[in-house]
Amino acid sequence: MATQATTLERPIGRSASAGVTLPAFTLWWREIVRFYRQPTRVVGVLASPLVFWLVIGSGFGTSFRSGGGPGQQHYLDYFYPGALIMIVLFTSIFTMMSVIEDRKEGFLLSVLVAPVPRTAIVLGKVMGGTTLSAIQGMIFLIFAPFAGVHLQLLSVLLVAVVVFLVSFSLTALGFAIAWPMDSSQAFHGIVNLFLIPLWLLSGALFPLAGASGWIRIIMRLNPLTYGVEGLRSLLYPGAETSFPLPTAMATLALFSLLMFGLALLMANRRSTRPAA
Amino acid sequence: MVSKVSALADAGLESDHTVASVISVENLVHRYESRTALNGVSFEVRPAELFGLLGPNGSGKTTLFRILSTLMIPTAGRALVMGCDAAQDPASLRRQIGVVFQAQSVDAKLTAYENLWHQGHLYGLRGSALKKRVEEILTRVGLADRAKERVETFSGGMQRRIELAKGLLHHPGVLLLDEPTTGLDPGARRDLWQYLQILRDEEHVSVLITTHLMEEAERCDRLAILNEGNLVALGTPAELKSEIGGDVIMLDAAHDAASLADHIRARFHVEATVLGNQVRIEREGGHRFVPDVVEAFPGEILAISVSKPALEDVFIHRTGHKFWSEEREPNSEPKKKKRR
Repeated sequence: MATQATTLERPIGRSASAGVTLPAFTLWWREIVRFYRQPTRVVGVLASPLVFWLVIGSGFGTSFRSGGGPGQQHYLDYFYPGALIMIVLFTSIFTMMSVIEDRKEGFLLSVLVAPVPRTAIVLGKVMGGTTLSAIQGMIFLIFAPFAGVHLQLLSVLLVAVVVFLVSFSLTALGFAIAWPMDSSQAFHGIVNLFLIPLWLLSGALFPLAGASGWIRIIMRLNPLTYGVEGLRSLLYPGAETSFPLPTAMATLALFSLLMFGLALLMANRRSTRPAA
Repeated sequence: MVSKVSALADAGLESDHTVASVISVENLVHRYESRTALNGVSFEVRPAELFGLLGPNGSGKTTLFRILSTLMIPTAGRALVMGCDAAQDPASLRRQIGVVFQAQSVDAKLTAYENLWHQGHLYGLRGSALKKRVEEILTRVGLADRAKERVETFSGGMQRRIELAKGLLHHPGVLLLDEPTTGLDPGARRDLWQYLQILRDEEHVSVLITTHLMEEAERCDRLAILNEGNLVALGTPAELKSEIGGDVIMLDAAHDAASLADHIRARFHVEATVLGNQVRIEREGGHRFVPDVVEAFPGEILAISVSKPALEDVFIHRTGHKFWSEEREPNSEPKKKKRR
């Protein structure tokens, strides 16, 4: 190869390897900056949790006044962990619509031609979405006292871990779904088809114990169930849950790893098809 | 790597084997599901050369650009940049190139400075060195005073300059540009080309630029002309034009261009090409031929023009059809026509 003998006195060596951390950091930071530069998004993030919880919870609470309902709670209290998971679910998945936007707007192209490992791209984008949805989930904890929850510092930390794991795994899943797509409509379609049933069957609305045969199997296989149940056991230490907390957290950690692996797999595919 | 001189390359290559090629495209083939976008294209780009890829829409130049910038792997053949294979070793290749896309890649929600700051991080630049470099490149493209403003407030020309700054931030030895002047007014277009020439002359950057505009192609050191996935010409603009014998004469036929062409061939023993309702002839001393042909076929010719060969004539000469289809005339190409 005689090709090195050209005009390379330029300090290219300096930019020889960007590693993973720096590009991942920069992509993460861009997600955050883009978020707070769009005031409507900020309002949506802060207001929607409250609206969801009050509207759905109050509605169900009066509709199904079961004497001494699930866990001897008021339904609004029962629904609280499920509402938190729903907020995290929606924010996590929908922040990854930015993958499709980045591709359309061309920003993603300039990242794809940069000497950046795909791992860094996945990590940066997924951590960006995770940060936003985890923060939103944690903001919802402000309403905890109204749901009859009084948290110790340790419980808050453990809740943060559960919220992080759920956010991370779902954002990674969102990334994997969004990566090969070229329209946000298609993305919406897939999300509505799979994710809403996933949430409905997570113990958010009705407890696992009361479900019948096959529904119960699906609920046991549903990773979101472990998020909801994990939160419930942290928020209401006395309440009956289907799994002990360590089981729930271990399952969520495993699910996070799997989803991140899936996202990596998607992003590392190189093909003969155009990238945009 | 020894430069292979392909059959087509002899138009433009003096066989100088000491000069290594910066970009080397070898028998590149690309097929989309049913369409062949590139059909065995080979050429080389030399150091510090402004190399143009000229072709109408759908000629395969964007496909070639995607392969060179590692966004897509080719169906067959090889593409090398600074000796790195685009399909086998994209990571090494990416370090060598700066890329400016036809579409906007700057983030409009971020400021000019922030866009370049993120871009620098992607190339491993950081801290005060990055800050200095961003300020330097912003000054270079004349946007230092707008550094803190969001890109969404910029004009099209200014956004293009930020794109260029992004592509050049990490001092690449090779710059790839895909129709970078799309949507720019003539002034901004001229500025961009001037800047590319400065880059070539002062920083010895090798530039590969795709275009569908003849006037831009004229500014390149060397050109590859693509048509329907095939390389139809390769060489300097002057060399390519010189292969056309003398002048180009265009006749507008009053009735049937095909029969007019037949008659002209029979009478004057010249090659005549039919292009829609026009007949095209290449001939030395075109002005002397005009009275002869007009007198020979009274009433058959509506209009006649004689011109020096332009790059479009090279395209017609090589492909037998016009660069633009009949209903889409070139919008930005003033052709010097002598109407009689």
